[in-house]
Amino acid sequence: MKLKIIGSISIILFVLTVTGMFTSCQSDEEIEFKRYYSSGSLVYQTKCQNCHGTHGEGLLRLIPPLTDSNYLKINKKSLACIVKYGLRGEINIKNKIFQEKMPPTGLAPIEIANVLTYVTNSFGNKSGTITNQQVEEDLAGCK
Amino acid sequence: MKKLAGAIAVILLWNACKFNSEKKTLPIYGNRTPITKVVNGQTTTDTIYQTIPAFKFIDQYGDSINNKNLDGKIYVADFFFTTCPSICPIMQRNMLDVYNTFKNTNDVKILSYTIDPKHDSVAVLKKYADKLGITGNSWWFLQGKKDDTYRLAEKNYLVAVKPDSTVAGGYIHQGYFVLIDKKSRIRGAYDGTKPDEVKQLIADIKTLKSEPDQPAVK
Ligand code: HEC
Repeated sequence: MKLKIIGSISIILFVLTVTGMFTSCQSDEEIEFKRYYSSGSLVYQTKCQNCHGTHGEGLLRLIPPLTDSNYLKINKKSLACIVKYGLRGEINIKNKIFQEKMPPTGLAPIEIANVLTYVTNSFGNKSGTITNQQVEEDLAGCK
Repeated sequence: MKKLAGAIAVILLWNACKFNSEKKTLPIYGNRTPITKVVNGQTTTDTIYQTIPAFKFIDQYGDSINNKNLDGKIYVADFFFTTCPSICPIMQRNMLDVYNTFKNTNDVKILSYTIDPKHDSVAVLKKYADKLGITGNSWWFLQGKKDDTYRLAEKNYLVAVKPDSTVAGGYIHQGYFVLIDKKSRIRGAYDGTKPDEVKQLIADIKTLKSEPDQPAVK
């Protein structure tokens, strides 16, 4: 009887510890994501929102929206370069041609990582954290 | 004490009602000069208000636009340039609300003067207007001599614009939308980067349209 009780208590404790470990592991990633995302939202408000809009809607045929998940996915490795050095020339966003000019932003890699994490996980996009390390790698490959 | 509070509340409410029922008019801005005249032996004093002087610019269609085109029109004026990276997209987003509210109203116009006429040729302005979806003759993008534009901005519309190489885009300017009435007088200035103020502008245009000395176009 006593043994049984001790046994079930230890099973419960074991289960609790395991789920505890599991959830705390998961929330490390979650916490990292949230840190990038919330800093990114501030960068977005001060550096991008004037052009791309509060909801990433862009401005008619002058400024492209940031809601084209497909474009963002295909060009994932160039996003850091776009944000740092700007963009010009013809692009197709949501089946509309834009031939405008985005000026360089002069942001540091960590700010770029923050804002890209925000953009690629807002406005209907969902693609996880873009880390500082990832951005530094991508920047090394800018044309 | 309670009674006092009650009385105050009643007075406030009453005033609020009274205020609402009064017909609102907009203030008139700018310098004013009193003019004293003697008519039939009686001395009367009139006030002359500052008005926007004669000007001549070219619109996005290549047509000449001068102050005569604005006789009997209410209009909103602002200053911008097409390559402006900072506040212009916000201003245009807000001005589009004004445009969409009044585009079918014959006596309301929008005038956007470029402060970079060297780059913003008629062709550039036309393309810009097209990309904003602007058609017809209710929103003019105007191009003229740089000196004329700056003088108009600073002396007449009271909006400061200056070349400044230290600021992104090379120009600083305040994103003001200035409201001009049918007699070319300044009736309001609104921060064109703030949606709330632009909402107020739209409401004020409606108020202005119903003022008795703003008769409908002939
Ligand atoms: C001055 C206005 C302006 C600002 C500020 C600006 N952009 Fe852009 N952006 C543009 C324009 C215009 C284009 C399209 C360029 C072209 O046609 O080649 C663009 C393109 C893009 C693109 C690729 C196309 C798309 O729609 O997905 C991304 C991604 C982007 N911008 C992200 C950002 C981010 C992030 C920021 C803030 C750090 C930012 N932009 C700030 C104007 C701006």
